[in-house]
Amino acid sequence: MSDLLLSAQHLTKRFGGLAAVNDVSVDLFRDRIHAVIGPNGAGKSTLTNLLSGDLPPTSGQIRLNGRETAGHAPESISRLGLGRSYQKTNIFLPFTVWDNVRLAAQSRERHVPWNPIHWFSSATRMTRVNERCERAVELAGLTHRTHTVAATISHGEQRQLEIAMTLATEPTVLLLDEPLAGMGQAEAESMVALLQRLKKDHAMMLVEHDMDAVFSLADQLTVMVNGQVIASGTPGSVRADPLVQAAYLGEEH
Amino acid sequence: MDFANFLIQLLNSIQYGLLLFMLAAGLTLIFGIMGVVNLAHGSFYMLGAYMAWFFTAQFDSLVLAIVVGTLLAVALGWLLEWGLFRFFYHRDHLDQVLLTFGLIYIFEELRSILWGDDVHAVQVPELLNWSIPLTDTLSYPVYRLVMSGICIALAVGLYLLISKTRLGMKIRAGAFNREMTEALGINIRLIHGVVFALGVGLAAIAGMIASPIASVYPGMGSSVLIMCFVVVVIGGIGSVRGALVAALLVGLVDTFGKVLVPQLAGMAVYMLMALVLLYKPEGLFKQ
Amino acid sequence: MSSPKATLEKLPRGVQVLLGVGALALAAFPFVPVDGRDFYLQMITQMMILAIFAMSLDLLQGVTGLVSLGHAAYFGLAGYALAFLTPADNPVALWWSLPLAAGAAGLAALVIGFFVVRTHGIYFIMVTMAFAQMIYFLFFDNKSLGGSDGIYVYFRPDASAVGIDLENRTHFYYFTLAALIGVYLLLRRLLFSPFGRALSGIRVNEHRMRAVGYGTFGYKLAAFTLAGTLAGVAGYLWAAQTGFVNPELMGFHMSAHAIMMVILGGMGNFAGAIVGAFAFEYVMHFFKDMTKHWQLLMGGFIVLVVIVAPRGLLGLGEKMFGRNKGGRL
Repeated sequence: MSDLLLSAQHLTKRFGGLAAVNDVSVDLFRDRIHAVIGPNGAGKSTLTNLLSGDLPPTSGQIRLNGRETAGHAPESISRLGLGRSYQKTNIFLPFTVWDNVRLAAQSRERHVPWNPIHWFSSATRMTRVNERCERAVELAGLTHRTHTVAATISHGEQRQLEIAMTLATEPTVLLLDEPLAGMGQAEAESMVALLQRLKKDHAMMLVEHDMDAVFSLADQLTVMVNGQVIASGTPGSVRADPLVQAAYLGEEH
Repeated sequence: MDFANFLIQLLNSIQYGLLLFMLAAGLTLIFGIMGVVNLAHGSFYMLGAYMAWFFTAQFDSLVLAIVVGTLLAVALGWLLEWGLFRFFYHRDHLDQVLLTFGLIYIFEELRSILWGDDVHAVQVPELLNWSIPLTDTLSYPVYRLVMSGICIALAVGLYLLISKTRLGMKIRAGAFNREMTEALGINIRLIHGVVFALGVGLAAIAGMIASPIASVYPGMGSSVLIMCFVVVVIGGIGSVRGALVAALLVGLVDTFGKVLVPQLAGMAVYMLMALVLLYKPEGLFKQ
Repeated sequence: MSSPKATLEKLPRGVQVLLGVGALALAAFPFVPVDGRDFYLQMITQMMILAIFAMSLDLLQGVTGLVSLGHAAYFGLAGYALAFLTPADNPVALWWSLPLAAGAAGLAALVIGFFVVRTHGIYFIMVTMAFAQMIYFLFFDNKSLGGSDGIYVYFRPDASAVGIDLENRTHFYYFTLAALIGVYLLLRRLLFSPFGRALSGIRVNEHRMRAVGYGTFGYKLAAFTLAGTLAGVAGYLWAAQTGFVNPELMGFHMSAHAIMMVILGGMGNFAGAIVGAFAFEYVMHFFKDMTKHWQLLMGGFIVLVVIVAPRGLLGLGEKMFGRNKGGRL
């Protein structure tokens, strides 16, 4: 069984004349964290959107768990085993933490909206869904907040909820867009510990600006500038690459 | 269909399309720039028509009536924006729908109080009350050509205003990024007032110039509003160019549809809309 | 686009008591010896029918977040279906004409929904209105469909199979009351079902729903169709009660009234729709009795509600009496 869970080849995304992503290839393996770094506007979020289905690529292929997914709808890509968290917190603010994650977990049930059985059964009595939900909440470290409304929890806890929702669909591939954004020291440390724990069972792509986290977590590093990959390899080799130092790392202090 | 008939239908389509454009342009601009949906837009058309009838009777001149009516409509638009609409730019669409629906009720009743509920006719001005002969038996009314001419002139004026003037530039900037425009010291409130007054004015003018050929009756606002919505949906919200293309398209499809396939009557335009929705749910010229 | 103000899914104790009392009052009313009893029976029956109509829209608007300006199309279509099914000299049987009429409305909702549900925000509002107007003109312009004059429904449906005589005012009243309670309980149950939870999620954040794997198009279309079917139930009852259908039943004003009833009461919990329907009708009758120019007052009232009570009467009540732990019924 292959450990290459997601393989993106020669992805390009053009907006009018501008190529936001230009001939980018990325491979994600199980038990490996592949970090993507670069200055603002480098195309990292666009790349994530291409992989998750939020945007269709202008050209290129994406193979996820054995299936071709370039240009497919986000919901079908999610069902093929991809989970994605957002840089700008994208949760259900009026619902409780539990309801947020439960809704994500419920999506895995084989559901046809037209089936009247699902109109009359009770959502809270779905055992498998509840189990999935429980696990995700625990993993993300939010058990003490289960019945609190999402709009009232702290920013760091909301980022944890972001992750919990991503995990509740039990994906094999994780795309994490700046999970540490806006977090304080202690929160960032527990998030990094969480990501370490997740590594074993998932293929992970991490878009991040926090360089300490990146270098402590990443097995593979890709640097993007102006939509193109200027270096890709182990963190050590990338760090030493003069192109990278000139374009990016040199400015990051 | 012989050529003369075809020409007549074509001219009718264009005239109808241009009239719709006047209304749709205002609606799409107001929504594109201020994010407000205004269901009462058709009411301005109706008020324009009734004003044309009333003032023509007072001044014995349609031209004077149109001038006075336009000034009043622009003033009304300005007042409405300043006193009511500007508080609703941040409210969600449902609130705006409700608010403007309440306004429809109010406008209908005001019209009823001021001018009654009767159907009226407005005379075509003497000067323009003749027809250009096309064949031995067919001719085309000059007034309709003048109507189209006025609409074209206003459309060109609108285009020049938006693309070539400083005010137009500020309007476009405001549509693009309100906070930045305000930060640059540009009076966004003024811009909004101007845009709204412009939209109302265009709708009222449309009602006024159309009044000699379409009768003046209480329900005229709602019927034109629907067509206006169809035009904006097909053209794409916020796009004036889209509104023009869509309006002409609707004019053509509606006119020729009714002539070629009378059983379908008014359905042709909705079928066009459904077709556009299948492939471009956000309109042909979505920004 | 921010999600509309749907709240109070779990109804506070106070509202539950109010609903219970209300249901009892409605059940007891026919026994109260009051002047003009027949007139009031008829008026309250109509209010109950409109409450069903409002609840059907609440499913779409309050729960799923889809603001439809064309919901009356399905209300009217079912009414016309009854009119066409009822012969000039005999009533038609209830047991198959009701499902057929509601089904026809549902089918229309399915077809129109297929086109309309792919749009969002302001487009959705406009195209729902446009398609409803299309249906309005279809009936208005065609003499064979009754034209602007409409069609008479010569007999109320025959429910003798279950021992009810719908021509009897009191029987019809209780039948409608049963329908109202039935639809309410059904929708409350649906609200807390997997389907209902998904619809609520779509209202709050459709983007995230898709990202976690929900095919939101299918859910919205199902909601649109179900809402249209339930509107059809209301339309059927309306046609049976008034004995007459015309294109105005499918028109813009009827759709807008439905929206206002739902907003007035408070969206997203179905109880608000019932409260709103009764309140709206009452206010309209009150203004109509006051002056010929009642539309002015009505318009002003609507504007006032939008400004002062954006979450409706139940929302106001919640603000005034405070939140307490609510229930699901």
